[in-house]
Amino acid sequence: MKLNHLVFDFDKFAQEMQNLKDKKHFDFLVTIVGEDFGEGEGLGCVYILENTENHERCSVKMLAKVVDGESVIPTVTNIWKGADLLERECFDFLGIKFLGHPDMRRLFLRNDFKGYPLRKDFKATDEYTLDDDVEPDFGLEYSLDRDGHLQQKENKLFSSDDYVINIGPQHPSTHGVLRLQTVLNGETVKRIYPHLGYIHRGIEKMWESMTYPQTLALTDRLNYLCAMQQRHALVGVIEEAMEVELTDRIHYIRTIMDELQRLDSHLLFTSCCAQDLGALTAFLYGMRDREHVLNVMEETTGGRLIQNYYRIGGLQDDIDPNFVKNVKELCKYLRPMIKEYMDVFGDNIIAHNRLENVGPMSLADCINYGVTGPAGRASGWKNDVRKNHPYDMYDKVNFEQVTFDSCDSMGRYLVHINEMYQSLNIIEQLIDNIPEGDFYVKQKPIIKVPEGQWYFSVEGAAGEFGVYLDSKGDKSPYRMKMRPMGLSLVGALDPMLRGQKIADLVTTGAAIDIVIPDIDR
Amino acid sequence: MEVRKPTIKSLPYDEFKDNESLEKIVDELHEGGVNVVTGNLDSLINWGRSNSLWSLTFATSCCGIEFMACGCSRYDFSRFGFEVTRNSPRQADLIMCAGTITHKMAPALKRLYDEMAEPKYVVAVGGCAISGGPFKQSYHVVKGIEEIVPVDVFIPGCPPRPEAILYGMMQLQRKVKIEKFFGGANHKQTKEEAALGVSNEELTYGRGGKKPIVVTEVPAEFTETLKKEQEEAK
Amino acid sequence: MEHIFDFSQVTTWFHELLTQTLGLGDFLAILIECVLVGSAILGAYSVIAMILIFMERKVCAYFQCRIGPVRVGPWGLMQVLADVLKMLIKEIFFVDKADKLLYIVAPFLVIIGSVGAFSFLPWNRGAHILDFNVGVFLLTAISSIGVVGIFLAGWGSNNKYSVVSAMRAAVQMISYEMSLCLCLITAVILTGTMQVSGIVESQAGPWGWLIVQGHVPALIAFVIFLIAGNAEANRGPFDMAEAESELTAGHHTEYSGMGFGFFYLAEFLNLFIIAGIAATVFLGGWAPIQIGVEAFDEVMQYIPGIVWFMGKAFLLVWLLMWIKWTFPRLRIDQILKLEWKYLMPLALINLVLMTVIVAFGLYIK
Repeated sequence: MKLNHLVFDFDKFAQEMQNLKDKKHFDFLVTIVGEDFGEGEGLGCVYILENTENHERCSVKMLAKVVDGESVIPTVTNIWKGADLLERECFDFLGIKFLGHPDMRRLFLRNDFKGYPLRKDFKATDEYTLDDDVEPDFGLEYSLDRDGHLQQKENKLFSSDDYVINIGPQHPSTHGVLRLQTVLNGETVKRIYPHLGYIHRGIEKMWESMTYPQTLALTDRLNYLCAMQQRHALVGVIEEAMEVELTDRIHYIRTIMDELQRLDSHLLFTSCCAQDLGALTAFLYGMRDREHVLNVMEETTGGRLIQNYYRIGGLQDDIDPNFVKNVKELCKYLRPMIKEYMDVFGDNIIAHNRLENVGPMSLADCINYGVTGPAGRASGWKNDVRKNHPYDMYDKVNFEQVTFDSCDSMGRYLVHINEMYQSLNIIEQLIDNIPEGDFYVKQKPIIKVPEGQWYFSVEGAAGEFGVYLDSKGDKSPYRMKMRPMGLSLVGALDPMLRGQKIADLVTTGAAIDIVIPDIDR
Repeated sequence: MEVRKPTIKSLPYDEFKDNESLEKIVDELHEGGVNVVTGNLDSLINWGRSNSLWSLTFATSCCGIEFMACGCSRYDFSRFGFEVTRNSPRQADLIMCAGTITHKMAPALKRLYDEMAEPKYVVAVGGCAISGGPFKQSYHVVKGIEEIVPVDVFIPGCPPRPEAILYGMMQLQRKVKIEKFFGGANHKQTKEEAALGVSNEELTYGRGGKKPIVVTEVPAEFTETLKKEQEEAK
Repeated sequence: MEHIFDFSQVTTWFHELLTQTLGLGDFLAILIECVLVGSAILGAYSVIAMILIFMERKVCAYFQCRIGPVRVGPWGLMQVLADVLKMLIKEIFFVDKADKLLYIVAPFLVIIGSVGAFSFLPWNRGAHILDFNVGVFLLTAISSIGVVGIFLAGWGSNNKYSVVSAMRAAVQMISYEMSLCLCLITAVILTGTMQVSGIVESQAGPWGWLIVQGHVPALIAFVIFLIAGNAEANRGPFDMAEAESELTAGHHTEYSGMGFGFFYLAEFLNLFIIAGIAATVFLGGWAPIQIGVEAFDEVMQYIPGIVWFMGKAFLLVWLLMWIKWTFPRLRIDQILKLEWKYLMPLALINLVLMTVIVAFGLYIK
């Protein structure tokens, strides 16, 4: 989608954003893109909003005002709670201070990191220290006083008799390196402070110095279980900006591959959910069946985890001659296996006791925090990008959007199981009818994207994954940002888990399906 | 001094790709005046150690999933005895560092390595752990964990296939089998050595001129020229 | 029961050898016997632990559609030997700020509780090691020492994870001891004696196993005993204390080498002890299957009692392993709710039921 930014004045900004939410019903904050707009404009943010009723999207561009040498923008955390972590990210990478945000600390980088990486004048050094980071136990809140000067206030994060343990970063659960600073009261969780950035690899900064074809390689390594879908988002935004016409064959194959990838991710999800709850046998059964899906994909793409399949203008190579036959066999094999997972694990009374009423989040909260994907659908929010903003063949196949209204982890688990059945339905509708044609539409050797801003999103297995592209007509992007699937989920962990037990923390962390490299980028 | 040839069940010695590095280790020990002829007790204990390497659950990114797949029913590294992955570093024998290490994670890795009980090993799995991998240009990635901890086996790939991970583990088993145990891996550090804060392996092999085991075929003249250059640089 | 081999023949022969033939005094003879028996216990303890560890790895592998250890020795039989060798040579170090005394004493307490309970098991007719007339009662008392060990380990490690895990383990083990004891008392009501050898002797006739004699209440007591025993041993759906995916390694996070080895051994042996006691009290111990048919019974009695005992114990161990590898684990408040709201009232009602049955003579003689 090509973005036409709305621009507001600094003084009217807070009021106008409130109007956008209340009057025009833009209640879902998709993402906040922090950007260094260059010499003339300075630092600023682009807000992308969606109206959950008619699925209309709009974008707002806000330039930061320079006050006392610092760039400031008023916060929107009181309007959309999901902006909490997003604004901390902008502060972390660009140094924009948000007025009124209660906890303006860095999010991804160490507290003693010097500089702001995404500014255009940032000079990288390879130095790092092996000493532990100094972590203050207060957050800063900035505001403007009557003379228009910047002042800060300290908000204490912990009280003196709080029992704080760190869950992570080295953690036996398979979700990666996430550190949750948990304040406990016996077994009950009082508050959770997530610390991210342990796998922050600076992909967005690296992208600014790569050509467009070079940028593709890194997307597979984000949420490594949604490799195809993430590559799809990146390739999709570039192709939309360049207005590339793809053949039908490409559309069909991309849809089928996306759905196979979704099966892969959901199988690993059910396995890891079982493992985190202690049922290791169910874990191994799910991984065994995942190997079958990987076999099918590996025959065509050559990769089990890192697929490297889509490129700008089409696919890397045509599908294997055995692909259609293998996919049909896979679909026939997998249906009874999914029922087996429910028999072994999902319908078990212990699993019900562990998953029901754990990590509850109401529908209104889900929209406010931006909890997309299966986690949001378990609360009844119809947020499937394949239905709301269809791409490829999704508007031409029959499939249901699976929602529950239990709002808890049991619902999230069941959504994943039922989505597997829906994916199989989609694949079976498409697999016999792949049209003939080219698998690659030839592009120029040097790819240049015309000037403008675009945003394109796909339904990844864990949520909405989108890519924002700001191009100045070069062969490298000026700014490319990803909307991670998991960042809003991590931001929502705190309200989900207040008053629950430590065991519920692990269960909820497993049930919302986060993969950390996708959050940290 | 005969060179001890470590045996791996059902894989002949000559089919491994990098016997030269192992033989060089034995030669270096021999040149340093260490008595390489070992008694049966050494071999027995090394047999026990090499068949029971318990790894710490430490996976940061994509290579972690391939490691998990290696432990699942299809590839099953429990055949070798490795499936007991301990969660506490004090009970683990080796860290399989699977995935990228960033500047923020580096202190945690160093601390985990320091907490492990001797004898301990490090395996670098995947391109990111070896050199930074596809993220080499980044401002936040450690360019290879050898900057932080001494590595025993490198397993290249992005991600390496589970078969490659198994092969790397077998190479580690071979290395453990030729190690000197009494006095070497089992050495009780004196006060001066303890003040250095390094593991027994670094003391024995030294860190400065140590050449890592690379699981690939390297032409002989390449190593010759490299050796000559290093000697000239000294 | 005449044909079953009586181990007291061997013990009296040996005692005669020492006192009569070698002419040693009483004190010296008993000293030698004690040393021999002590080393036999420790030896049996270690060997059974190793068998159990190997059995767990293989059983778990087969449930999970994999093969388990096969490369180390034929069919992987030497795998546990390699593990033990490695654990013996690992570095043992002390955590700086830990409470030294508690930290060192904790693994020993766990082992003492475990070996103590192990010595009560009846291996064969005449092969009892500890045979007090308050046998079963003392057994539960000694096995409680293990709880103290776990708690000290958690506190003495100076680690927040360990403390949380130790508190969970202590609460769980203390709670489930209630149901355990109630089930044992239910059985004692039927047999009329707390002495372990007496319990087994009362099950020695045709259709003599307690689970048959006591029909309904004995069956209920057996099932409750297995569930409570599982929880006592921190296994299966009740392993919250060392829930690996939550609190790293729980109360033994800060132990390495043989200190950790003690906890590891004790966990498996506790499982065996629970299975052994269940086999003794409910399934007849070393008593063979007797159905009242002369010829069949005679053949059964020629199989030595120790084979019967080990067979029953390992069958129950396999059953408990099956349960562990299938079910997810319960949360700590659900574990406690299960015990206090469901299992203990049920065990109490069962006790009353059994009393009524014995008083009116309604059991199968």
